[in-house]
Formats: sequence, C-alpha cells, structure tokens
Amino acid sequence: MQRIGVFVCHCGSNIAATVDVKKVAEMARLEPGVVFADDYQYMCSEAGQAKIGAAIKEYNLTGLVVCSCSPRMHEATFRKCAERYGLNPYMVEIANIREHCSWIHKDMEEATQKAVILARAAIAKVNLNAPLQAGESRVTKRALVIGGGIAGIQTALDIADAGYEVDIVEKTPSIGGRMSQLDKTFPTLDCSACILTPKMVDAAGHEKIKIYTYSEVEKVSGFVGDFTVDIRKKARSVDEAKCTGCGVCQEKCPSKKTPSEFNRGLNNRSAIYTPFAQAIPNVPVIDREACIKFKTGKCGVCEKVCQAGAINYAQEDEIITEKYGAIVVATGFDTIKLDKYDEYAYSQSKDVITSLELERIMNAAGPTKGHLERLSDGKAPKEIVFVQCVGSRCSDERGKPYCSKICCMYTAKHAMLIRDKYPDVNVTVFYIDVRTPGKNFDEFYRRAVEEYGVNYIKGQVGKVAPQPDGSLLVQGSDLIDNKQIKIKADMVVLATAIEPNQGVRNIATMLTASIDTNNFLTEAHPKLRPVESPTAGVFLSGVCQGPKDIPETVSQAGAAAVKVIGLLAKDKLTTNPCTAQADELLCNGCSNCAKVCPYGAITYETRQVNDHGIREDRRIAVVNKALCQGCGACTVTCPSGAMDLQGFSNRQLIAEVDAICR
Amino acid sequence: MIFSYYPGCTLRNKAKDLDAYARASAEALGFTLQELDNWQCCGGVYPLGTDEIASKLSSVRALAEAKDKGQDLVTLCSACHHVLKRVNDDMTNVEDIRTRANNYMKLAEPYAGETKVLHFLEVLRDVVGFDTLKEKVVNPLTGQKIAAYYGCLLLRPGKIMALDDPENPKLLEDFIRALGAEPVVYPYRNECCGGYISLKEPDMAKNMCNTINESAKGFGAECFITACPLCRYNLNKTEQGLPVYYFTELLAEALGVKEGAL
Repeated sequence: MQRIGVFVCHCGSNIAATVDVKKVAEMARLEPGVVFADDYQYMCSEAGQAKIGAAIKEYNLTGLVVCSCSPRMHEATFRKCAERYGLNPYMVEIANIREHCSWIHKDMEEATQKAVILARAAIAKVNLNAPLQAGESRVTKRALVIGGGIAGIQTALDIADAGYEVDIVEKTPSIGGRMSQLDKTFPTLDCSACILTPKMVDAAGHEKIKIYTYSEVEKVSGFVGDFTVDIRKKARSVDEAKCTGCGVCQEKCPSKKTPSEFNRGLNNRSAIYTPFAQAIPNVPVIDREACIKFKTGKCGVCEKVCQAGAINYAQEDEIITEKYGAIVVATGFDTIKLDKYDEYAYSQSKDVITSLELERIMNAAGPTKGHLERLSDGKAPKEIVFVQCVGSRCSDERGKPYCSKICCMYTAKHAMLIRDKYPDVNVTVFYIDVRTPGKNFDEFYRRAVEEYGVNYIKGQVGKVAPQPDGSLLVQGSDLIDNKQIKIKADMVVLATAIEPNQGVRNIATMLTASIDTNNFLTEAHPKLRPVESPTAGVFLSGVCQGPKDIPETVSQAGAAAVKVIGLLAKDKLTTNPCTAQADELLCNGCSNCAKVCPYGAITYETRQVNDHGIREDRRIAVVNKALCQGCGACTVTCPSGAMDLQGFSNRQLIAEVDAICR
Repeated sequence: MIFSYYPGCTLRNKAKDLDAYARASAEALGFTLQELDNWQCCGGVYPLGTDEIASKLSSVRALAEAKDKGQDLVTLCSACHHVLKRVNDDMTNVEDIRTRANNYMKLAEPYAGETKVLHFLEVLRDVVGFDTLKEKVVNPLTGQKIAAYYGCLLLRPGKIMALDDPENPKLLEDFIRALGAEPVVYPYRNECCGGYISLKEPDMAKNMCNTINESAKGFGAECFITACPLCRYNLNKTEQGLPVYYFTELLAEALGVKEGAL
C-alpha cells in the first residue's frame, strides 16, 4: 500500500477563487492510501516545495499528488522536488485543477466538486505507480541545418563558432535564400546583398561548416542525439572540384529560354546556370529539362568551351548518409500563387506584379538593371498603386488567415525608394491596417508618409481593370472619406501573402515534427519554447515556424543555434522511461502496433517463451526504448492487451476512470 | 438526351427569343429540353430572407419534379438559374430550410437537393463539349468580335454557382470561339449591370452599363452576348451602346437553325 501525500495549490487566486481548496484537501484525506493532505498558496515556490519535503520525511510518503496547474507547466518542478527529498520522480502525479477546472468554470460548488474528482483520479493512479528509471543515450556531435537562407546560414555559423560540425543542405544551386533576392532592407535601407554576401562567404569558408547545395534531405531515421540522414546530392553535371566559375559556359549556352527562378520568371536564364552572380558555390548546374544535350543528344557547347574540363554529362545523383545529434529546419517561405485573385488582374497584365518581383526590378542586377519600368512596354510609370494584404488576413479559403507581417514594412520601403529615386512618380498604398511594431519601424513608415509624400488610403481594392490604352484602372474604397475611388495607374504592386516553402510538409513528415493548418512548423510551446519542435532534437529557425522579417529571423536563428549547442554539449541524454513494452505471454505478433507507431520504434523478434510450462518460439513485439516517445498509440491498438505503457499502464488508466465514475 | 427544362416567366414574354433559339439549337445538337409540367415563377431574385420559406417553394417544386423524372434540370435565364441553384444548395446543406420546406410541400418523398441544376451553357461545355459544338457549326461567325457579358448572377456566389472563375471567367469566351468568332476580353465582363436598380435609380444603372459598354468598345468589340434578360434590358439603355444579343441567337445562327425558330 502506498503512503500518499496530497498537496493542493491556491495558485494565488487562480485556483482558490473558484475552487474551495480546503475542501479538496479534506476530501482527499478520505481516499485510500492518503496519509497526508494540505493546501498552500504557491506550491511551486521554494516554501511550498519545502512543505512537500517536510511531509515526505514526516509521513514517510511513497507517492505524491499535486493539485495545481497543468503538468506541462510544473510536472518537472515537482518531480525534481520529489527526487531532492529521496522519492522516485515518477511517483508524482499532477491533478490539473487550474486549466482543466478553475479557469474554465465559474460556479464554485461545481468547480470544487470537479477538483475533488480530479484529485481522486490522480490518487487512484499513484496507488498503482511504480518507480521508473530513466535510461541514457549517446549524442552525435554534429548538426544538420535544412535550408541555406539567412536563417540556416546564421544558425550554422553560430553552431560552428561554438566548435561543432554543421552541414547545410540547400535544395537550390546556391545558398542565400530569399534575402539574396531582395534589393534593400528595412528600416535602414542598406543593400541586402552587401550584408548577406559576407555571411555566405563566412559560411562557405568555415572549417566546421559543410555545404551541400542542389541537395535534398531524403530520409531521416533515429532520434534526438542520434539521427541518421540520407542526403540526395543532385547531379550538377559540373565537377565542383574542377570548375573555376569563369562563366563562359553560361554565356555560350544556346538554350536561353528558361524563366529565371531567381528573377521570379521576369527574364530568362541559360540551361547551364548559376542563379546569381554572388552564388555560393560559384559553380553552375545544368538544368537537364532545358539542356539541348540532354534533350536531343546534340550540342555539347559548354563542354567544348570549358577550359577546366569540368562539364560531366554522365554525373549521377549521389546519396550521402551522415549521422547528426540535432536537426534545424530553416526551409523558409515563398509567396502564394495568385490564381485565386484574378480581380487584381495579375494573370492578365504584365504591369501587375508582386512585391518580390518589384524587388528584382529595383535591383541593379535584376531584369531591368534596376530601372523602374513597365514590363509590358518598358515605359517609366508615373502612377503606382500598392495593394496590401493580398491573400493575407483573408477569411475565406482563397488566402491565408494570418498576417504575413513583413508587407507593411517592405511596402513602405518600396514606396519610399520610388519617391526618392523618381520624385515625379505618384505612389498610393491601399491598406487595411498599417502594422509597424518593431524598433525604428513606425518612424520608418511615418517618414514614407510625411517626408516622401506617399499617399496612404485605408481601404481595399476591389478590382484592377486593364484599359484599352494599357493603363490599369484601380477601383477601391476609401473608408475614411467613405468614398469609392478610381485611380488610373501605370503599375500595380501586390503585397502577396507568404507561406512556408513547398516541401516543408514532406520534411516535417520525415522528422515527425508537427505542422499547423497553414504548413508552419509548430513550436514546442508558443511562448516558452519557441525555437524547439515538439519532437526532441528538432529545432526551428526562420519563417518555417511563422512569418518574420530579417532581424527576427536572425534572432531566432541564433536562439535555435543555442539550443543545438546546449544539446551537443552533452555527452549523454536522459531518456524518457515512460515507454511501451509488450507482455511476451500476451503478444500474438500481429504487427498492429508497429503499423500505428509514428516513431518506428517497434520491431519483432522470435523468442522462446515459457507459457505456463510450455516452451515455444513466438514472434514478439520489441520496443526500442530510445525511439519510443510514450504516445500510447500501440497500447490502444493492441488487440490482446499485451502492450502497456510504463507510467500510464492500462490498469492505472482504468483506475483513474473508475475513480472519476465512483 | 432529354433534360427537364425550366424556362421562367421572362422567357414567356420579353425574352421569347432566348427560349426559342435555345430549343432549336438543342435539337440540332442532339438533346431535348422538356419543359416541366408545373413550373411557377422563381421569384426573380434569390429569396434572401433565410427565414422565409414560401418564396423558395416554387423552386423546390420544380426541383422535385425533375427529380421524379430522373432528369437534370436546365435553365437559361441567369436569374432563374441563380435562384434554382441557390435554393437547391439550401435544400442540400441547410437542415432548417430543408425540413421546413418539406413540411410545407408534403411530397411523397422528401426533397434533399438530389436534382442537378445546369445552365444551358454548362450543357454545351460539359455534356455536348465545345469541340463537338465547333464541328456542328455550319455558319461560322468568322471575323465577328464579340464581347461576352456575364453579369453577376451567373457567376456568384462562386462556390454555389460553380460555373466558372467569378473573377476571370472563360466559359462564354470558349463558346464564342467554338462558333468561329473572336472573343473580346475586357475587364468589366463580370461587373453588375445595375439589375433592378434601373427601376428606382435609372441613372445609376445607366452609369454602370456605360462603363461596361465603353470598356468593351475600347477593346474592339462589335456586340455583346448575354444569358440574362435583365442585363440585356439595362445594356440596351446605354447611349451609343453596342448591340446586345442572347447567346442562343448566335448559337442558332451558327448552327443554321435560326430561320423559323421564332
């Protein structure tokens, strides 16, 4: 029989205002096994924990029930407390009488009754608890960063500077990501390339960093501290060791009709290409879909002109298998497709462009060499309209429900840059709200309005109508003047919503990292663990977790790196002892548990079993304790009841239900 | 192939041509429009009062009759099509309306949205097919520059009408191409003509139609085609307006069945 102590927390007035805590303690004393019950204002405080310690000693307690907040909040606190006073930490149960009770009920009598029942259930469970011992696993001191944008680069640099090996896997031919496509950055208007390129060079030259470009993660197995990853290094058709990056092959390549991904399809590139001049590595790839040699077998111009003999048409994809202790996802974003927003005439007019396309137009290395011009006729625009929130903050399924966060600031930046360089151009911005929290952000926006005379109109655009003369008639509402207005514009720029990059869902599945309805990766706790995924050993950096600008991305990248360093600094990891195990006498080897296990933790082995004196070979489920996360899916699936979860055994759960229904 | 057919009141008086050319064209294309025995006015505009049942009953009656015959229900007038599709959507998805309507109707078997409502244009596109239509054209309208005018009732609400992209439709343009003519794409083809506001504030409707007319003209159109009698009425009021035809008239002409159809 256990000797159980019950500790009821007031949580200030959080619990005590709705639950009669004294009554809960009083009722708990009547439960079987309970030898002590008391209440206190803050159980988690030092004084509260000392109270628990004293009771353990005085009453010789073997189990604890703490009636307090969610176990997600303080289970670890009370387990540590128990351990300090000589109890096995797994002899502690939490009855959540705050989130599950006081916070959601108003009536004191009802809430108290519910709290009593929750306490009763926890007591019933502790009566069946057994001490558990946590195991250990090793840590591979190497990290993988998926994505080579500013988020991935910064994370990798920070980890590498701490002395650990890092590999970056980037699917495009160069690192640099979205930031390399930007012209200027807010709120200081410094050139994006000027601040990014040195970081790219640092990463490439760092002795601890290895960069796999034109590569993708193909398979992930293992667990925190000991992941095994297959990386597919796609065939570049160019030998990286031999190529000098002279660029002659790109000049001479006769196939020049492929839309440039880097310039958002605004101009074309050759079949053998580096995405941009400062690409790292400065080694081109052959796009085999576009290459004449690959399509027809004839051509071979690049091979002929290459002085270094680097062209290799026979190169094949290579699979690299590597072990890692931690994985950082930094897969970034793209803008949404605008096919559901035809009212803005994006598909009908070349002069309706996205903000990212404008970024390329404004860039000196872009398709117009930095000249602001209409893509339809090359004329200089005199009237430009910006439309904010295209696809963001959208209540129907056409767009995204969230705010993309960066658009208010980059639109102010674009408007300001245009007014600065072309003072004769009128600039109008349609907005729902202007959202500029951030250091020096609102000042920046005010400058656009007050110093640069950008015309901000609160209201949405309903239609962009291309006119026979090539202009664009923008119809919108001015909500402050309560007027319908029409502006004859030469160019319309759409602040298009951003979404996580295509492919992140696939990566999340490989990592068993959870993802939300908008394909953003979920953090372990929205406030307190914002850079960790709920899957141990997987960390998040940049927009893959939620919309952010460059300063925020860099901060998060550093934070993710710190978490990785903290993990890699350990030689061994403590494993969760609440894992499943099969009763070999009950297991019939049906494989159902292996099918539902999301972590691939269950395998089978043939073992000799002594079933009441009869010895026979049976196929038995075996759980890898290091892989098992204790989710319990196997225990509910097992038809013979052979699978049981330590710390959450079937008997314990039934006892809880019985206690609730009593 | 036989379809149940709901003509609607306007096609019995002001828009007899919309109806007659459609029937003649249907026969030429190998299907028949079989008029419902007991159809009544649809109410003209979708009865927006969600708590009003009586105004939805005539549509339910028509829908249930088509269900009894086991036929899809075809309409021509944009407004009737709009009302029938929306009431049918209510009967499928809104439990309260379905229950109350069925309580009134006292049908042998309750109606729950089983009938498929099709606009005549959907039959052309999805059943006949524009490629087949093109083959059956005997007098191609070569060289004619035609502006399709959709209006709003045909396309919106997009999810319920499910006819085409309400912001950038192409159904009528494909139809025009099938007849051998050249479609003129202009941005106001899915804007409202003013509808019934033309009775109360004629100037407002006129303004709206002028914008549509000027835009189509600017892009080089020679005439409009439409499926809606009210749109045609409003567009005809504009000054120096382009001629407005029902799409069925041009269809009958191209198929060579216009003569004697009326």
